[in-house]
Amino acid sequence: MSQVNITINGQTVAAEAGMTVLQAAQAAGIRIPTLCYHPDLPAQGACRVCLVEIEGERVLQPSCTFKVREGMCVHTRSPRVRKARRTVVELLLSDHPSDCTACARNGTCELQSLAEELGIREVRVKAEPPGHEVDDSSFSVIRDPDKCVLCRRCIETCTVIQSVSGLRIKGRGYDSVVGAAFDLPLGSALCVNCGQCINRCPTGALTEKSHIGAVWAALEDPDTFTVVQTAPAVRVALGEALGMDPGKIVTGKMVAALRALGFDRVFDTDFTADLTIMEEGYELIHRVTTGGVLPQLTSCSPGWIKFIEHFYPDLLPNVSSCKSPQQMFGALAKTYFAQEAGVDPAKMRVVSIMPCTAKKFEAARPEMNDSGYQDVDYVLTTRELAQMIREIGIDFETLEESGFDDPLGQSTGAAVIFGATGGVMEAALRTAYEVITNEKLEDIDIHAVRGMQGVKEATVQVGNLELKAAVAHGLANARQLLDRVARGEGGYHFIEIMACPGGCLGGGGQPIPTSMEIRKSRAAAIYQADRDLPIRRSHENPSIQAIYEKFLGKPLSEKSHHLLHTKYTPRTRRANQVATRE
Amino acid sequence: MAVQTLCCETSNQIDAIIERRGADPDSLIEILHAVQEEIGYLPCEVQEYVADRLGIAPGAVEGVVSFYSFFTTVPRGRHTVKVCQGTACYVRGGKRLLEAVSKHCGCGVGETSADMRFSLDVVRCVGACGLSPVMTVGDDVYERVKPTRVAEILAKYE
Repeated sequence: MSQVNITINGQTVAAEAGMTVLQAAQAAGIRIPTLCYHPDLPAQGACRVCLVEIEGERVLQPSCTFKVREGMCVHTRSPRVRKARRTVVELLLSDHPSDCTACARNGTCELQSLAEELGIREVRVKAEPPGHEVDDSSFSVIRDPDKCVLCRRCIETCTVIQSVSGLRIKGRGYDSVVGAAFDLPLGSALCVNCGQCINRCPTGALTEKSHIGAVWAALEDPDTFTVVQTAPAVRVALGEALGMDPGKIVTGKMVAALRALGFDRVFDTDFTADLTIMEEGYELIHRVTTGGVLPQLTSCSPGWIKFIEHFYPDLLPNVSSCKSPQQMFGALAKTYFAQEAGVDPAKMRVVSIMPCTAKKFEAARPEMNDSGYQDVDYVLTTRELAQMIREIGIDFETLEESGFDDPLGQSTGAAVIFGATGGVMEAALRTAYEVITNEKLEDIDIHAVRGMQGVKEATVQVGNLELKAAVAHGLANARQLLDRVARGEGGYHFIEIMACPGGCLGGGGQPIPTSMEIRKSRAAAIYQADRDLPIRRSHENPSIQAIYEKFLGKPLSEKSHHLLHTKYTPRTRRANQVATRE
Repeated sequence: MAVQTLCCETSNQIDAIIERRGADPDSLIEILHAVQEEIGYLPCEVQEYVADRLGIAPGAVEGVVSFYSFFTTVPRGRHTVKVCQGTACYVRGGKRLLEAVSKHCGCGVGETSADMRFSLDVVRCVGACGLSPVMTVGDDVYERVKPTRVAEILAKYE
């Protein structure tokens, strides 16, 4: 890459050719305020907050899209820039609702912090907010268009990262509004509920559908028995929402906080992640040995499941029939655990702590009631849990660590890595190898499936089978891989797909902000948590062995099929409609 | 609302247009122009069909259709009446003229008469300020129009 010399505010800065002025400034440690710019997305130049003065240019230019040129002189602090930036932010605020104290993004809103950074004390122009209605039709994502600043990050996220293209901007000027095509409410539109748009929304225009009120009600009702499960990726991100740096493992504090909130039992989704490996691993062995449909596709990620239901319904027979760990947990809590503990499942409420907004939709799927009740009652995102912890004044950082309850609390290193892209594949290979060959797998760290590359492949010799595996995360990457599968290419046996970039650790319910750096920190913590655990293979989990002995029989038994497996729903590509075969 | 299928005559018409111009997303605006010319308007089923044929998201088509005022998503009358509300026309009775046309057609601005004969729009200037107030019907320009002449002018258009 050739080098270009420019000056910013009189300081000589070496930049790489092809960089934008903003990138060059950031590399040199010069701050330019931004709003529509997001490090995960192509620059838009939509909001004009990052305007700079470039000598020789007639008007101010957006630094996020303007490329560096040899000898360029840039001013980021000139009076013209400072005044223009204030005006731009004032105009953004002019029709923005000002009830910040009642907003879900109070304290994490980028428009709010920009106004604070610039010391805006007066908005000279005042316009009415457009007066759009709040769309709360979706199980997962709430849209409040009046809070939208039209930065297009959500549209780019949905299009570029997820290839769903469910959001668009309609109209022009003051009448512009972001939403689903043809004004369909989000609950009826093409949406996979992944919540990646929420993670990148700078304001409160996109938020999760909150279950906090319902969970407090269950916790505060003395007749309700509350059971909570925590997903693998929550324990490496929750700290961020409570003032800690990214990449901290806070499992013990999280368990202690959940007890302090009043849950009767604190269990772990990692337990059912181990169980998923048993069921899904045996399903794979069954498919391979009996000439079943291959490649087998994983089924843990509900955003991914909705995606394939909409876009590749013909490939649904490839998807593992295993429910996700969240749903396996719900079905077992209200049967196996209720029975063991002598609790009436009718009075039990199962709450999940998930890095995910699509889990809210998944829990509400009509077929997810194999226990005889709705298997999972409420789903809280990592952000919502942090909110509840703060609401009752728990000092998280000084909290004494605590352990999960039995019998649904014991898990292995293979389960915790479910939270990172490639983790399900690695966990499955650890078990499949040993079950098939009856030999110990020497090196259980399978590096080929780790890391942030969009599509990863690995070939593992398992006995006399050369097992071909692939992993994709982010649905645009999944689409690439699926197009190849649909064309009959690749010769894969097993494919892991996670809807969100980086896997669940980058989920739509995780603390805001998100970036590649943050996701890498969380991934490093996940693999550390794996190494820290005494048992790292799912089939060696004593509680898993016990549940098969006492309750399920064996993997893929009739009882397993009833409680732990499911069916999928082909949908149209246009809306949240069940497809009817013509 | 959305998610209806097109009748096969309409889809054949669109197919022919796309055949002529190529199924290229870069030609979206030209294709939409041609489709509107032929069908008269661009309801969401038509937008979805075009999106499908070009391999782009329906929202991307709707974004373009809703951005340009030339495109319409509702059926238009056989004739478009435009009454100028530019400064010169306005001060010389443009507002009263607009009221008279609206009353005659029985529809407001941006709407279409029940008999599908006229659609009513306003324009901000047609460059004939010396002849104000001005109205146009299709490509015909009428100058110094008094409200009393509206019925006689519109009678020429079936």
